[in-house]
Amino acid sequence: MKKIDLTIEQVKHIAKLANLPLTEKEIQLFQKQLSHVLDYFKLLQELETQKVSPTSQVTGLENVFRSDAARPSLPVESTLKNTKKTHNQFFKVASVWEK
Amino acid sequence: MTPPNFLTIKEAKAGLRQKKFSVVELIYSCLEQIRKYDKQIKAFLYVEDEKALIAQARKVDEKLGRGERVGDLEGIPIALKDLFSTEGMPTTAGAKIISDYVPVYDSTVVKRLKEAGAIIIGKANEDAWGHGSSGENSDFAPTRNPWDLERVPGGSSSGSAAAVASGMCLAATGTDTGSSVRLPAAFCNQTGIKPTYGRVSRYGIIAMASSLDTIGHITRDVYDNALVMRVTAGRDENDATSSPKPVADYLKTIDKSWKKLTIGLPEEYFPDELEGQIREITLQAVETLTGAGASVKKIKLPHTKYAMACYYILVPSEISSNLARFDGVRYGKERSVFGAEAKRRIMLGTYTLSAGYYDAYYKKAQRVRTLIKQDFEEAFQQVDILLAPSYPGVPFKLGEKIDDPLQMYLSDIFMCPINLAGMPSLNLPCGFVKNLPVGMQLIGPQFSEELLYQVGFQYQQLTDWHKRKPVAC
Repeated sequence: MKKIDLTIEQVKHIAKLANLPLTEKEIQLFQKQLSHVLDYFKLLQELETQKVSPTSQVTGLENVFRSDAARPSLPVESTLKNTKKTHNQFFKVASVWEK
Repeated sequence: MTPPNFLTIKEAKAGLRQKKFSVVELIYSCLEQIRKYDKQIKAFLYVEDEKALIAQARKVDEKLGRGERVGDLEGIPIALKDLFSTEGMPTTAGAKIISDYVPVYDSTVVKRLKEAGAIIIGKANEDAWGHGSSGENSDFAPTRNPWDLERVPGGSSSGSAAAVASGMCLAATGTDTGSSVRLPAAFCNQTGIKPTYGRVSRYGIIAMASSLDTIGHITRDVYDNALVMRVTAGRDENDATSSPKPVADYLKTIDKSWKKLTIGLPEEYFPDELEGQIREITLQAVETLTGAGASVKKIKLPHTKYAMACYYILVPSEISSNLARFDGVRYGKERSVFGAEAKRRIMLGTYTLSAGYYDAYYKKAQRVRTLIKQDFEEAFQQVDILLAPSYPGVPFKLGEKIDDPLQMYLSDIFMCPINLAGMPSLNLPCGFVKNLPVGMQLIGPQFSEELLYQVGFQYQQLTDWHKRKPVAC
């Protein structure tokens, strides 16, 4: 099986998807390390799993609901407590519009 | 006479009842220990203000003085792993990016511990976000093993285990996604439980991998462990993955001897390369139990060798999703402040979930997870519990593994499969190699904590490994 070798372009693309600003040094390091780890995952190709159902909930719980009734929430002041970037009881975010 | 800070919870409660010491004295003895040793050990990221703690302690002393009804953990000093949201206390997950975060609510487990009367003495150091098995990935400073300060205490609940082992508190909470309660318990000679997935509520506990995270704790012995479990376990409306199954009264049945117990030894956990002394110590533990009437059977868990690859696809995938919320908007600093290991896992997980790769990696790993779970289910058709080493060696030295991420990941080989299967596992001290602790796991079917506690309790009646204390403290 071919060895996994991520390109710099691929690493940059992943970083963009992950919204992670990386330095050039980090990109180089992750290119090596990620390729190494992804290569190890090839081991799973040994297993025939077409007829095996995937497990996402390991104790078999399904459709756990509560009644659709309003409940008290945290007061607004509490929710805003952990940032200084607020305005009129709202969180302030970076602009998404291009100038 | 054992100083109050080194007593078990059971002994401390008796001591308080018999007025051998007060809660104030108990708290002071823990704080004194923290003052003396925590500069070296670094078990705590935050210690609660002394005045506040003594005020709480005085209130409990008054309650006891009036003969009022008290909770199961009244006056008992407990440390919380820093993933546990604690109202008004800094909760950093061991990470610089949220070093200023102070939650405005308690996680359900913290609420239950407080309602039982526990005194929260502080927040324990950890591998940032739970990413690690040694404690070296803390964004602040690595915790050191009280048994040998040049060695790791295990992770990611590194501070929790070190704090209990060195007498800084009487119990500590932790989380276990792939080793993180059992490994530090093993490395620090403590009793640690990884409960069944969903046995204990995850609400308010900063999530690592939501389909694997379990909420456990570290204590000095099995009785204490069962006592705390009785407080924390049980369905929570705020955690839809928490189990509606009733919680057994673990203490009621803990000293009942089993009528017939078959212990399975998974041959994949006793490979030829397993260090001789670890094998010897573990097999001796088996002998202790067979001496008490248990029988033994060799079993196979054939998909064990695929567990690490499966784990390291699923977990980083779920991590990349859970850490997406740390964007500097409602709390925390911006994303470049994440540590190296967090970035690495986010990158890995983003890749394995991305378009074109999701089926080959994440979906494939989910199917392999089913095969691994089935291995355990089939084993439990033949035996009641499994017994295996917790780690194929003694606690390693700081710096020994940190440069090779893959090497570090592979040290969880005896641990991760259990998380993939959602089964409970109890770490018990079972011996020493050159004064370094060795632990073993008792693994059971889902929701068999009651049986694990019975067997563990019996084991601790027949041995006293768990009573040993590190010389340095």
